[in-house]
Amino acid sequence: MANPGPVPFAALRGVHKRYGAIVALDGVDLALAPGGLHALLGPNGAGKTTAIGLMLGLIRPDRGHAELFGGEPEHLAPRRRVGVMLQAGSLPETLRVGELLRQATGYYPRPRPVEESANMAGIADLLDRPYGRLSGGQQRRAQFALALCGKPDLLFLDEPTVGLDIEARQGLWTTIRSLVAEGCAVLLTTHYLEEAEALADRVTVLGQGRVLAEGTVAEIRGRTRRTRIRCRSSLRADEVGAWDGVHAAVQDAGILQVDAREPERVLRRLLAADEGLCELEVSRAGLAEAFTELTREAA
Amino acid sequence: METTGTMTSRRYADLYLRDAWYEFVRLLRAPAAAIPMLTFPAMFYVLFGVVFAHHAPQQASWVLGSMGAFGVMAPGLFGIGIGVSIERERGLLALKRAMPVPPGAYLGAKLAMAILFALAIFIILGVLAVALGGVRLELSEWLALLATMLLGALPFCALGLLVGTLASAQAAPAVANLIYLPMSFLSGLWIPLKAMPPLLRHVAPIWPAYHLGQLALESVGLVQASTWHAVFALLAFTVACFALATRRLQRVG
Repeated sequence: MANPGPVPFAALRGVHKRYGAIVALDGVDLALAPGGLHALLGPNGAGKTTAIGLMLGLIRPDRGHAELFGGEPEHLAPRRRVGVMLQAGSLPETLRVGELLRQATGYYPRPRPVEESANMAGIADLLDRPYGRLSGGQQRRAQFALALCGKPDLLFLDEPTVGLDIEARQGLWTTIRSLVAEGCAVLLTTHYLEEAEALADRVTVLGQGRVLAEGTVAEIRGRTRRTRIRCRSSLRADEVGAWDGVHAAVQDAGILQVDAREPERVLRRLLAADEGLCELEVSRAGLAEAFTELTREAA
Repeated sequence: METTGTMTSRRYADLYLRDAWYEFVRLLRAPAAAIPMLTFPAMFYVLFGVVFAHHAPQQASWVLGSMGAFGVMAPGLFGIGIGVSIERERGLLALKRAMPVPPGAYLGAKLAMAILFALAIFIILGVLAVALGGVRLELSEWLALLATMLLGALPFCALGLLVGTLASAQAAPAVANLIYLPMSFLSGLWIPLKAMPPLLRHVAPIWPAYHLGQLALESVGLVQASTWHAVFALLAFTVACFALATRRLQRVG
């Protein structure tokens, strides 16, 4: 929903966008607050990349409008405060990383020094390498360096960690956190829910071109009524699965996992039915479950 | 909130120059593109202007003019045509549009790249013509040929841009070749038009390469072309291709 506070850094207001017969966005309102990390979640085809493209002025809405720093996204001035890492944005293969970074740095009025950007993205040792000779993960990090080189107030990261190994992903997370701590606002789209859970202050869930939910990670998580119960038990999963208040039950290597709508009732019954039950764990469903539920409802 | 910093004119100048230089370097380092562009005109010059010319200075000059025209068609058709199709398809164009790249920097860099390659081709051909072909031109003729070659690269930049906006990255090299070789042949850059069947001779003026060839041959003192007619034809062709290409770029990005 529209943000009643300060002027948002970027916003979509009642935006509709279709490509031929395919509706990409169907009346979307979205406002990015100054500061903090905003995650845009949704399955493939939910309209995440279209939303970013509209806020950057790469595409025009059919109806409604997009704003960047209160102005037109097509104008140069607002885009000077923005850093961008697109999902598909491969750079010229014969240019060296250092050259690409110097080139991008030159577009911004108050950029970071090249070495600083390279260090932050973890590519300081790759500056002399041609971009085409980098591994997929290194290319992603080079693109990240280009996104942050202009010392942006707002950073758009479209699926930034796809293709990164765990270590590189953690490194990127650390840098993103420190950018947010410096006051940079970040819009992140991701398939990895743990990424949103680890980084996001706010989450917007998109599905089929609509905003399905928006709020803090805790609020979104609270949208699901499910609790997960794990225990070592001799009870059979298909039997437990049929109980009232149980959504699903699976068993693997002696561990029974039960997704429950009414955890108190189910727990009481579980404990009564199996005296030998042990290693009990009860947890609130994570963002993944909330997300799956929200997008399934929309489908 | 921080205010937007200022871009001084010095920073702008650096930016445009850097973009142009990197675009040139990008292509120079791609052997599949740079080697044919720089060596084919030279190779054909040696073949037709030296080996088969038998110390006939007129033929040596004729080949200098026609290969000059042939040579400067390539940077636009291949460098820009293939480059834009790849950059469009792989998202670099979108990234450049999302970044605060000032208007004209992207295309300006590509035009500057083509002109730098045209300059390199002029120097290579000029040295070969003087050293091996025995060509002797007045300074004014050299300058006219230089100007023809540098500016003559531009209509083919516009055509290359159109190819790059229409063709996929897969198809662009084939499309560029299908335009390049037949058009240069039909425009009389390989075999003089007077040796061609009348039909081909009569339709030759529909090809932009014909007009460029006429201007290049006029520069080296071989034909009495109607200069303004040729310049106008090339200019109209450039504007038309450029308009179509930019319209398409705005629509599909």
